[in-house]
Amino acid sequence: MALPQPHSPSWSAFFEEQSSAARDERLQRFYAAETLDPDTPIANAPLVAMDFETTGLDPAQDEIISIGIVPLSLSRIFCRDSSYWVVRPTRQLDEDSIVIHGITHSEIAAAPDLERILEELLAALEGKLAVVHYHPIERNFLTNALHQRIGEGIQFPLIDTMILERRILEYQKGLLDRLLRRPSEPIRLGHCRARYHLPHYQPHHALTDALATAELLQAQIFHHFSPETPVGELWC
Amino acid sequence: MQTEQLEIAAFLAKTPPFDGLSEEALNGLASQVEVTYFRAGSDILNLADPIHDLFVVRSGAVETFRRTGELHNRLAEGGIFGQMGLMMNERVRYPVKALEDTLLYCVPVDLFKDYCDRYETFADYFEGEATSLLQRAVESHHDKNDLTSVQVKELLTRPMISVAGDVSVRQAAQIMGEQHITSLLIVERTHRPGGEAVGLTGLITDQDLRKRIIAQGRSLDTPVAAVMSEDMITLDRNAYVFEAILTMLRHHVHHLPVLDRGEPIGVLSLLDVVRHESQSSLLMVRSIFGQPDREALAQIAQQSRAVFVRMVKEDANSQMIGSAMAVIGRSFKQRLLELAEAELGPPPAPYCFLALGSMARNEQLIYTDQDNALVFNERYDAKAHGEYFDRLARFVSDGLVECGYSYCEGGIMATNPEWRMTLSEWKARFGEWIDNPNPQALLHASIFFDLDGVWGRTRWAQELVRFIASKTRNNRRFLACLARNALNRTPPLGFFKDFVVEKGGQHANSINLKRRGTAPLTDVIRVHALAVGSRAANSFERLDDVMDSELLPDGKGREIRDALEYIAMVRIRHQAWQIETGNTVNNNIQPEQLSSFERRNLKEAFQVLSNAQSFLKYRYNSNIPLR
Repeated sequence: MALPQPHSPSWSAFFEEQSSAARDERLQRFYAAETLDPDTPIANAPLVAMDFETTGLDPAQDEIISIGIVPLSLSRIFCRDSSYWVVRPTRQLDEDSIVIHGITHSEIAAAPDLERILEELLAALEGKLAVVHYHPIERNFLTNALHQRIGEGIQFPLIDTMILERRILEYQKGLLDRLLRRPSEPIRLGHCRARYHLPHYQPHHALTDALATAELLQAQIFHHFSPETPVGELWC
Repeated sequence: MQTEQLEIAAFLAKTPPFDGLSEEALNGLASQVEVTYFRAGSDILNLADPIHDLFVVRSGAVETFRRTGELHNRLAEGGIFGQMGLMMNERVRYPVKALEDTLLYCVPVDLFKDYCDRYETFADYFEGEATSLLQRAVESHHDKNDLTSVQVKELLTRPMISVAGDVSVRQAAQIMGEQHITSLLIVERTHRPGGEAVGLTGLITDQDLRKRIIAQGRSLDTPVAAVMSEDMITLDRNAYVFEAILTMLRHHVHHLPVLDRGEPIGVLSLLDVVRHESQSSLLMVRSIFGQPDREALAQIAQQSRAVFVRMVKEDANSQMIGSAMAVIGRSFKQRLLELAEAELGPPPAPYCFLALGSMARNEQLIYTDQDNALVFNERYDAKAHGEYFDRLARFVSDGLVECGYSYCEGGIMATNPEWRMTLSEWKARFGEWIDNPNPQALLHASIFFDLDGVWGRTRWAQELVRFIASKTRNNRRFLACLARNALNRTPPLGFFKDFVVEKGGQHANSINLKRRGTAPLTDVIRVHALAVGSRAANSFERLDDVMDSELLPDGKGREIRDALEYIAMVRIRHQAWQIETGNTVNNNIQPEQLSSFERRNLKEAFQVLSNAQSFLKYRYNSNIPLR
């Protein structure tokens, strides 16, 4: 399945096709929701920042263990409507990852399987444009998890603040930098935030990272794009 | 569903007043805040916009401004703003700008109010702040005079006056004379697509005229371009006043042309700076008491107009302006009495100097005459002491005229032996007016019954106020007459609710806002106030007493208050405008000078007066019991 490319309006065609092609009722409903026109100015787009914590970085091996969701618009981030779930992976948690995200075995043991919260998760995403930092994690882990559970994956448009940051840095780089192939500046979430004078937040908590990503997007748009920038130029 | 926002909660936990909340309350709050980012230099809140949140600076820094555009405060991480707007009328009171890239946590208004209700320490923090508002208003007088925060453009209160270079020196001098200015800008106007460009070519001052024309015997037909200064030091409109002073000192100049994006917009003179420095009403009162003689008092009296205009610009209400001007007027009287006693020797008998009318009511404006009187006790002997007090009264009265308070045409002044009486004589006179309310008595009652002791044994004035209140309260006959008297001046509304303007004379086509508006409203209020035994003199305070007594139907008191405030403010703003444009100050306004919105409101206010007069007629009809 080929993913639609930036500037192409085909996300809506893809959603329309999937609303009948998907077998799972929850996915049908998700795809049937109204999709955002690529010409919509970012200021008018309903957005939702999302972050996953995983047991590792390989979507084929590792699994999601927590999900943070924070809805926002370009001007406001709405913590009141945010969500956070810890979900139980099918495989054992190794000690290394516990050190990173701080979620313990007992929390995991008490947590539901991802399928039990799928309906809620899709409802939070429905009709909104998702915002993530480093999209391969969210895109691949979610679709794999669904394949594993209901036999089909999921795809939707995403704004990746890491991709935006790379574009911004490339643009800012002088010709000389490019000719000399000077190394790029780091583009981890914390590094990006520091460039916009955003405060340091403790990383690796899905809800905090979602909030951090939401703030970063606002900063990036106000500094380098405009409230009028069409979402089609930002999503992937 | 509420989810814990760890970072937000952790930050608020160390930020007052949130640090006083329990962990549970704090987490609840943190999970409901909204977050927003502003790039350095962008506007966060604009004046008078609706405001829906309390803002906490999470990172970065913001600047808050006064209505006048002056910097009010700088807030960094942990700083809080928006509370005043939320507690007053949910409108932005202090505009806010991002000084640096700034991240804000926003507490929505319903949540803010809910937390104020539920958590005492939280509410105390904000309410404590609100009660110090008054204090801050006083402090702000210091801020206003802070040369480091006021910009040059705020001192330019009149439009630029300029001429072309080929204008003769004679014409230039005439213009300067007419406009009361000591310097004139010479400009060159060129037309270009999109409008006219104005270039500054020179400046000519009083001194230049003396040194370069008169002293050298040159012709008055010389074009100004031949004698003007060409290489001038200029200032940008956004420069601060202290920079202006430094520039003047460094270059030994008293006039600095001010530019807006390269084009001249006016001249700042040393005098403007000095005047700015001495304009606040508090400073003015202080300096009144520092003046050594009548001449010096008359000199600084000229500043009271500037104080008045400034208060209007700072959006003071009529009560604030009225009482500030009354305090200034009272201070002049007090200082004059001090000076008179110093000159004439100590008084041979104790006395109390009374202010009457608008000054006593704390409703004084700029264009006003003096009403005053003297009270003695039984030790007073007209034969032995009369001459001293005659001279004292004359000293004060003449001094007041020099300070801009004209003589009372009706002769209600302490210089008039008729208005110099002992306490018991005053009571007898007041009693007579109340028992025998003929037209003359009623006229006097409406002036003398608004009284205030300004000097000497001021408790005698209080005794007179108590006496009047006890004699008039529920006095049906007197009140009926006073009520009828209060109907003499009607609002300027015609049959079809349109304005009725003066037909002829100097003020044709205008409305006298005092005679047809504030004065009859004050009269109506006085009747009600005396009926309920109020001892207040200020109309707004009298209305409070009247409303407490439930004499008026529900909501009527409020309506009268709003109408009085509205008409008074139109009158005040009109006078401020007259002062600023160099016109004669009066109470006459032409309806076509008003916007349609103002006209509509003014008509509505006059309608309230009309209704209040009808009610007066009915309420104090002598056939109806008062209570």
